[in-house]
Amino acid sequence: MRVIACIKQVPDTQEIKMDPERGTLIRKGVPAIINPFDLHAIEEGLRLVEEFDGEVVVLSMGPPMAEDAVREAISMGCHDGVLLTDRKFAGADTWATSYTIAKGVEKIGEFDIIIAGKQATDGDTGQVGPGIAAHLGIPVITYVVKIDEIDLATRKVKVRRLVEAGEEVVETTLPCLITVVKGINIPRFPSLIGKRKAKKAEITTWGYEDVGCEPEKIGLGGSPTRVAKIFTPEPRGEGEMIPGDPDAAVAVLIEKLAEDGVV
Amino acid sequence: MPSKDIDKFHGVWVYMERAHTGELVTVGKELLGKGRDLADTLGVELASVAMGADVSDEVAHECFAFGADKVYAVEHPLLAGYTTRPYTKAFVEVIEEYKPEVLLMGATAMGRDLAGSVATVYYTGLTADCTELVIDDETKMLHQIRPAFGGNIMAKIYTEHFRPQMATVRPKVMVPLDRDDSRKGEVVRVKPDIGEADLIAKLVEFVPSEESVNIAEADIICAGGRGVGGPEGFALMHELADALGGAVGASRAAIDAGWIEYAHQVGQTGRTVRPVLYIACGISGAIQHLAGMGTSEVIVAINKDPEAPIFKIATYGIVGDLFDVVPKLIDAIKNKRGDA
Repeated sequence: MRVIACIKQVPDTQEIKMDPERGTLIRKGVPAIINPFDLHAIEEGLRLVEEFDGEVVVLSMGPPMAEDAVREAISMGCHDGVLLTDRKFAGADTWATSYTIAKGVEKIGEFDIIIAGKQATDGDTGQVGPGIAAHLGIPVITYVVKIDEIDLATRKVKVRRLVEAGEEVVETTLPCLITVVKGINIPRFPSLIGKRKAKKAEITTWGYEDVGCEPEKIGLGGSPTRVAKIFTPEPRGEGEMIPGDPDAAVAVLIEKLAEDGVV
Repeated sequence: MPSKDIDKFHGVWVYMERAHTGELVTVGKELLGKGRDLADTLGVELASVAMGADVSDEVAHECFAFGADKVYAVEHPLLAGYTTRPYTKAFVEVIEEYKPEVLLMGATAMGRDLAGSVATVYYTGLTADCTELVIDDETKMLHQIRPAFGGNIMAKIYTEHFRPQMATVRPKVMVPLDRDDSRKGEVVRVKPDIGEADLIAKLVEFVPSEESVNIAEADIICAGGRGVGGPEGFALMHELADALGGAVGASRAAIDAGWIEYAHQVGQTGRTVRPVLYIACGISGAIQHLAGMGTSEVIVAINKDPEAPIFKIATYGIVGDLFDVVPKLIDAIKNKRGDA
């Protein structure tokens, strides 16, 4: 079985800095991590190849420093790493990003399943997973909370998808793409051997020509959306502490909530 | 550079998602309210797109009652249950034929999945989780305001050379119009060109959650965190939620400790909620949690630690042991409801 785990490197910080003129992120000086949801994608991929044999190829797109994220995935147990990096990719929105990643997948070649986190914690869009699948023309199932069955002989896959009012059981066929929610597993930590392996691993890096992207469909130029402005949200108004012992405090609270019309 | 002939696109569309039971989901009605406003500003028609094995006159009537001028009823046996490919293909066909300039969809599991696919296949701009949508006075383009980085920053985004301008909006962000059953409109029935070959995934079964209320749509959420202490503590949260007719939420700490299932998690790695009332019990208020509930209308925080960051965003705060405060709160609510 060949799994492609798609990951994104995201800033790990509460103080986000933006370039106010270009409306893009300033990534310099900010510690970077693998998007937390993508750790679950990696873990699920590793579990699949432990069950079925095979390998997990980790695929990312980003600036050269995103190689660290690819190495970290290898230290967790991924077998191979590919980074799509090119100055021309800069400013890509979710359309251009999913197009570029789909091209990377095509270049990697044969695979059974692509697994990605449900969304990244920086952009929070959840659009790139379905986008990659649409570009590749393969089935996509988002928000997967459990893989019930995979049958390599019949190529059938059965998964559970977390939706607002419950779970959907969905069946499809390999090759397909799934995006996973946090509830699907608990990601492992890198092992010592893994870390050593990751240090020495050759990371394949491809630019837009390597993967055969049409130049007008990548980066800012290929992106339908534009960022007009970035700003800080209005802070919430100062709240009110209700003093007193529990009985008194609860009485006041109920009165206030009633005044607000919420109880 | 790729682009669309944008002058050919007119009108505002709202995708009307339907629940497994067939009825319209609330966010669709909310978006019709916003869509009406946008359509009136632009001086164009507001249409609703409803899909399924069949789209009844009742469904169309609901759309009219909540503000639509027109309903595109996209009907095909293969649209009986939601899967991405047939819905995407049918949707793209309708867009290609009738060319809307704006298309709004709910940021639900289905809406995000479908929007992401449609925007990719049709090649247009899509902005997720918009909290504000306005028509720019000068350009008449849709300006989409959305949070990023867990609400730390806001971005204003627009789609310049592509149409439709697509946006998803979370439930409870927009406000529906008052229902007006006297409103009438036109139903356009569409039979999309899809076939068995498009049924590459199949919805086998829907397993409804045991909870009667889901947190994404609940008006009242009672959430517990580390301070709840264990699964038993969540029994108290359920009792509070039941008294208020709300749903139970939880912080990441409580989920990771295994006290309650993941579906209850509020926050950056859980769900984003926007209830009328959010009661945070024993939740310290890590930034990742605040990202998931910081836009709730009224926030009540109950925590032993007076320094807990949750108090910084709370509308009302009570410093105290939740096991002392919450039972009294439950009694007080029951009394109040009993009086009413």
